[in-house]
Amino acid sequence: MKSNFDRILSSEDVMRRRATFLQKIHVDGPLLILLLTLAAGSLFVLYSASGKSWDLLIKQATSFGIGLVSMFVIAQLEPRFMARWVPVAYVFGVLLLVAVDVMGHNAMGATRWINIPGVIRFQPSEFMKIIMPATIAWYLSKRTLPPHLKHVAVSLALIGVPFILIVRQPDLGTSLLILASGTFVLFMAGLRWRWIIGVLAAAVPVAVAMWFFFMHDYQKQRILTFLDPESDPLGTGWNIIQSKAAIGSGGVFGKGWLLGTQSHLDFLPESHTDFIIAVLGEEFGLVGICALLLIYLLLIGRGLVITAQAQTLYGKLLAGSLTMTFFVYVFVNIGMVSGLLPVVGVPLPFISYGGTSLVTLLSAFGVLMSIHTHRKWIAQV
Amino acid sequence: MSQPIRLKDHEKDARLVRNRVVVGAGIVIVLICVLVARLYFLQVIQYDYHSTLSENNRVHVQPIPPSRGLIFDRNGVVIADNRPSFNLSMTRERSGGDWAKILDTIVEVLELTPDDRIIFEKRMKQGRRPFEPVPILFELTEEQIARIAVNQFRLPGVEVVAQLIRHYPQGAHFAHSVGYMGRINEKELKTLDPVNYSGTHHMGKTGIERFYEPDLHGQVGYEEVETNARGRVLRVLKRTDPVPGKDIVLSLDIQLQEAAEIALGGRRGAVVALDPATGEVLAMVSQPSFDPNLFVTGISFKAYSELRDSVDRPLFNRILRGLYPPGSTIKPAVAIAGLDTGVVTASTRVFDPGYYMLPNYDHKYRNWNRTGDGWVDLDTAIMRSNDTYFYDLAHKVGIDRLSAYLNKFGIGQKVSLDMFEESPGLMPSRDWKRITRRQAWFPGETLILGIGQGYMQATPLQLAQATALVANKGKWNRPHLARTIEGQKPVDPDPVPDIVLRDPSDWAKVNHGMQQVMHGARGTARKASIGAQYRIAGKSGTAQVVAIRQGEKYDRSKVQERHRDHALFVGFAPADNPKIVVAVMIENGESGSGVAAPVVRQVMDAWLLGPDGRLKPEYASNTLPPETAAREE
Repeated sequence: MKSNFDRILSSEDVMRRRATFLQKIHVDGPLLILLLTLAAGSLFVLYSASGKSWDLLIKQATSFGIGLVSMFVIAQLEPRFMARWVPVAYVFGVLLLVAVDVMGHNAMGATRWINIPGVIRFQPSEFMKIIMPATIAWYLSKRTLPPHLKHVAVSLALIGVPFILIVRQPDLGTSLLILASGTFVLFMAGLRWRWIIGVLAAAVPVAVAMWFFFMHDYQKQRILTFLDPESDPLGTGWNIIQSKAAIGSGGVFGKGWLLGTQSHLDFLPESHTDFIIAVLGEEFGLVGICALLLIYLLLIGRGLVITAQAQTLYGKLLAGSLTMTFFVYVFVNIGMVSGLLPVVGVPLPFISYGGTSLVTLLSAFGVLMSIHTHRKWIAQV
Repeated sequence: MSQPIRLKDHEKDARLVRNRVVVGAGIVIVLICVLVARLYFLQVIQYDYHSTLSENNRVHVQPIPPSRGLIFDRNGVVIADNRPSFNLSMTRERSGGDWAKILDTIVEVLELTPDDRIIFEKRMKQGRRPFEPVPILFELTEEQIARIAVNQFRLPGVEVVAQLIRHYPQGAHFAHSVGYMGRINEKELKTLDPVNYSGTHHMGKTGIERFYEPDLHGQVGYEEVETNARGRVLRVLKRTDPVPGKDIVLSLDIQLQEAAEIALGGRRGAVVALDPATGEVLAMVSQPSFDPNLFVTGISFKAYSELRDSVDRPLFNRILRGLYPPGSTIKPAVAIAGLDTGVVTASTRVFDPGYYMLPNYDHKYRNWNRTGDGWVDLDTAIMRSNDTYFYDLAHKVGIDRLSAYLNKFGIGQKVSLDMFEESPGLMPSRDWKRITRRQAWFPGETLILGIGQGYMQATPLQLAQATALVANKGKWNRPHLARTIEGQKPVDPDPVPDIVLRDPSDWAKVNHGMQQVMHGARGTARKASIGAQYRIAGKSGTAQVVAIRQGEKYDRSKVQERHRDHALFVGFAPADNPKIVVAVMIENGESGSGVAAPVVRQVMDAWLLGPDGRLKPEYASNTLPPETAAREE
């Protein structure tokens, strides 16, 4: 019955008649407009945050270009085609992470990079940010929902392996994002509420174990400083105190573009990477941040619409997880800079300087576009 | 059959996911509201607080460096203290932006050279944060302070700051043991805790100053101060006092140190004196020395290159890093190896025709006394420093056991507890030679190890420690300089196991042989014991600087002064109740018994004799008085 139904609806002539130009090239209009708006805004903020560095600006714009191409290419791939290769990609990604663990290239005291000189240099953990939710979505989409305990256990094991490898690098920020992206799939798949509550209750002893066995001194220091930044005003607490002062002094309307004293007098560390929201807050005030939050909210809203309208279970689970993970980026970054959350290295999506995360994020939106534009019954949009 | 069920499942799944999307959207909206509320709190409610903090950069956190711990000798004489000095410091943020131009003005006002300008710029770039004052010139004179004061209006952000700097009132006496402090360089900066060192610009570079840096430094304090727009401190808002560094009392004795320097008499060399019962170092001389005060505020390039390039190498720590073949001073330890392995007993005799030959080899290993000493036993062999006897003994012990025993005596390992950059020396073995030289071990090489020549290398400190082990019957105490750190005795984190002999009376046999060196009728160093108020046990040695070919005789007139042999002597006294161990190395001194032994005797006298010229009562032997012992011969 169903196979017949499918065949009629997926016939070429139905698609051709209804599809617009953007749908034909598999691009989602609302997402594209929002992303381009963010890109333009981010270059303005970055120009100020980097101390008027054209060099940095050009690099960031180039990364944007590369990211958009990557997004466009990924959007052309059919979700079914992607789903077929996901298990292979997952195994490949885990092997790369093991390789990093064994012989990775050392950058800033943490081993995160695969480096083949002159050929390629990248972080396998970035690759896992998309592969992780795709794997869990692929696995759960073949089971009955809500998932049985056995399938939840398998999913958690699949999440756990790369998570632990990335924690060991050590890269707390990325590992938490990977963990979130995997568990959001479980959440979208209807994980029973009593299990969710049970796990949250169990998180306390786990956190204690993490503290004693896995965390590096610099990570412990970050949490201690977070709990009481004033206790260490000369060291790590400095970042929080200064970023709060930067945001707070921006007021409602901000000091104006290029007029932020905190960042321009070098008070604010990492002002063009993880702490860039403080520059935005100082120069454009509450209004500026709210405008940014609004764009993020629209992006997330569009992502959730795509999730609801996806026709395959795999598409639904993957789109939902990618959207929610994107929100985790936003919340963790702004939360940490404004002193609500500990300082973990999570960039502000599309605004923080850094090519790798930009390409990953745009690729994830490519996946969303692919899920949305390869639907068989286009007219329902 | 299964198809209708799948279709139904599919719809149920879609409904399930749609529910979760709604929940997710709810969570997103709630958390976004949390963020907006937080920002509203920071940017609207706390706006006044943050904007004063930021716009005027009004409140600054200033580190207060702790005052460094003092260093005393064992009698409480100050070896290192802190004295006030005036520095010129500059704060980038208060300089009005163009600090490079202000540096030009400073150079002009103080009539300095362009070289100083380059140093200033380098120091400015080391400054971590814009509001932190960076010291750029140290030890200002009264005139310089006056000139800065007169021109203050042209120098925004420039201040004269009083600071405590290290001072070594004893000058060159302790440069090689206490070491010195210097400015923290960029490499060291990365290894230090940036918070604790935020107000500190100097750290220990060598010696005790370096080894006990964490103890001496203390814990930084800080104060939050309110400043006006020109950077002037108006009031202190909050203050946390620093914790001063710990004071260290050394085991060194300044009088013994001076006596040892006088005994060395301006010759290049090293003297180490230890208390064998505790491992405390009583004197530690490496000559020539240098004035450590030169390094504290930055030594000029010219003065430094003079010290560095001098042929006498004053910066070279001969006690810890000077490597010499121990020569005959190692014979007591080799004798212990022979006795404990059982290859010889005290009564074993060897005939010495003036040389030793291995079976099936025709190479003659010569005794220093070419005419030979005839039949010798262990006692005579030590007394006469008979090479033939020790060739034979070493051959019988074999390289593996010999290497193991001498390792136990500290040769080839770091022996000290708290000395910075001590050299481990070298105790060769079969494995060592195979790995480093890719060659098999030759029997002849074992023979010359028996008389302390060949590949073996030891520092004067190791020679002193090996001798202390003989004096102390194998009980290990690592030599150390710090007696107490803020009243606490230092703890050895890695104690060395004591040397336990099968027959502990072997120690006394070797001890007796060493006494015969000093007091026996044919003892090699008998001249050095004339008039001694106590029994001495000693052993001379010669470290070859250039090798002498087979059959050739050492002829001092043909050898350049710098190629002459180093003179060595080790000893302890009183022989039956050892209170002091002394090791002496005199570069190019040639004769251990003739040149080095009198130095050892002088140091022992300085420690053991009272003002009346007699043995101090607390050091009196608890067994035999010196008169009785002398009659024994």
